[in-house]
Amino acid sequence: MEGLLQQIVNGITLGSIYALMALGYTMVYGIIRLINFAHADIYMIGAYVGYYCMSFFGLGFLPSLIIAMFICTLLGIIIEKIAYRPLRNATRISVLITAIGVSLFLEYGTMFFVTANVRTYPEMTGLLARTIKMGNIVISMQQILLVSITIVLMILLQFIVKTTRIGKAMRAVSMDKDAAELMGINVDSTISFTFGLGSALAGAAGVLVGVYYNSINPLMGMVPGLKAFIAAVFGGIGIIPGAMIGGYFIGAVEVLVAGYGNSMYRDAVVFGILILVLIVKPSGLLGKNTREKV
Amino acid sequence: MKRSVYTGLLLVLIVAFFIGCSAPAGNEDEIRIGVNYELSGGVASYGQSSVDGIELAIKQINEAGGVDGKKITLVKYDNKSEPAEATTLANKLMTQDNVVAVIGPATSGAFKSQIPVAEQNKIPVASGSATADDVTVDASGVKEYAFRICFSDSYQGTAMANFALNNLSKEKAVVIMDSSSDYGKGLADNFIKTFEEGGGTIVAHESYVSKDTDFNAILTSIRGQDFDVIFIPGYYEEAGLIINQARAQGIDVPIIGADGFDSPELVNLAGADALNDVYFSNHYSSLDKDPIVVQFIEDFKKEYDREPDAFNALGYDVAKFVVDGISRAEKLDGESVKEALESTTNFEGVTGSFSIDENHNAIKAIKVIELQNGVQESVITAGQ
Repeated sequence: MEGLLQQIVNGITLGSIYALMALGYTMVYGIIRLINFAHADIYMIGAYVGYYCMSFFGLGFLPSLIIAMFICTLLGIIIEKIAYRPLRNATRISVLITAIGVSLFLEYGTMFFVTANVRTYPEMTGLLARTIKMGNIVISMQQILLVSITIVLMILLQFIVKTTRIGKAMRAVSMDKDAAELMGINVDSTISFTFGLGSALAGAAGVLVGVYYNSINPLMGMVPGLKAFIAAVFGGIGIIPGAMIGGYFIGAVEVLVAGYGNSMYRDAVVFGILILVLIVKPSGLLGKNTREKV
Repeated sequence: MKRSVYTGLLLVLIVAFFIGCSAPAGNEDEIRIGVNYELSGGVASYGQSSVDGIELAIKQINEAGGVDGKKITLVKYDNKSEPAEATTLANKLMTQDNVVAVIGPATSGAFKSQIPVAEQNKIPVASGSATADDVTVDASGVKEYAFRICFSDSYQGTAMANFALNNLSKEKAVVIMDSSSDYGKGLADNFIKTFEEGGGTIVAHESYVSKDTDFNAILTSIRGQDFDVIFIPGYYEEAGLIINQARAQGIDVPIIGADGFDSPELVNLAGADALNDVYFSNHYSSLDKDPIVVQFIEDFKKEYDREPDAFNALGYDVAKFVVDGISRAEKLDGESVKEALESTTNFEGVTGSFSIDENHNAIKAIKVIELQNGVQESVITAGQ
């Protein structure tokens, strides 16, 4: 029983990271029907920005988090402007290939500047280094921080999307871009904003992962990025609550397979889920079956 | 038609020009040794460290008068951590640069890929750190021109199993293996085999892949079981995180590993507080009080202004080993040097004294390093 509770704690922590990243995938897909593979690398850049803030400028956790989110927002907007906007009316496959190109550019560009070596975040002190023990269940303050920041950011995101003007614009553009434009919505700036918002969340996830796992490298985005993408597909790509549910689901599955099944098959099961979802319900858990318009 | 004839002629001229340029003038007062290492790319740190050691050794040999009055010249190339590049460079070193022996590469894969070239040109190649089992000998027999001066992965796995049984008196082990590398699998197989033959039991056998960061699920599931030692066959990137997360979950049994643990980053990844009761096998330890080692550390610090690591020591040793072979060779050609290297006995190196066996492996003792609070606490020499 205690083992199971501990595994649930592990699963929620891992799931929070996937959920934060999945949100970026899903928002961008929702608005321009693009799987932005560069998203996982923005997460990596966020981790590096946090690393340099903390170890070279000696900043605390919160300022580093905010700076990383800010820089990632800028990066997301710049990438959209340079790489995706010129292809707005191109076929979906060319945009997808461009996204893979941007992803490789970020990975190996970063590797060029910071080398391929693993970096470690400075050791946390004070409150962040503490752990809470309840019987045999161990919860570290870093886990609590990671989960609570994730939840705060998700609530903030829901608030932006549901109640603000720009959120309304985002929803309108994702429903029908042309109609939204006719109604006087600036489609380009709405798309920019969406990229920025998603990238900020990825940057936050990067810093949180750096603090929690204490190990970052230029290729750290690859596997978590794929899993977050699966989470987004599982929840129904393009649907924001779906990405959250998907993230926690994938985190839980991974932990339970490694804990109670065989750790060797952990990744196989996660990728198996993707195949299963695509066969059984391609629109995902919360997706409605819509017919492709001809 | 005519045009292609001219192009062909031009090409021939260009090629002839380059061949003319690159043929080195044979110099009677120098002995050329090739250095084929990973100076950039994924495992650049291994290559760079090894080359630092090699250059120090050659500098010392030349200052002491060289071999029979001839200076040693190194011909150094970067194979970019790619086996294909290593093969190309080996070819260049042996056919154009006229070396009598090649040192490197540091990793098993790249080293293995240059062996066919060595056999074709009859030039011996020696590595300081290629630990895979089938480097110098495989099912088809001994690779005549390949040598190494380090122990193999299976030897390390066996030695650590004996260490856990005899030195630590542990009988119930959990193995958490890097399933994405031959290194991890080779170590795990030999550890499990020896440990079980010695009366121990393997309570659980878990695995991960390289670049994983979250091991909490595995650790939580083993936490409920009865075991007294953890063996992690893998590299420091993940081992550091496993140690950190294990200690955070309250698992305080000894953790043992192999030379993949050897990196200054281990302490940053695991945290000094977590790095207690950790033991790993290694080629070399700076705590060693052997006069040869003390002298080496002093010389190295003078040259590079830092503490030498295991790759520095292995590079230093492999360079001295090759030069030792050259000095004992009857003639200055690959074949004679190979025969001299084969007959190496009781070579006194920084990484221990060793002899070359019939499989071209070094027979040497293993060093087990104990870490307490993140620092090397003691070193135990085990096995022979």
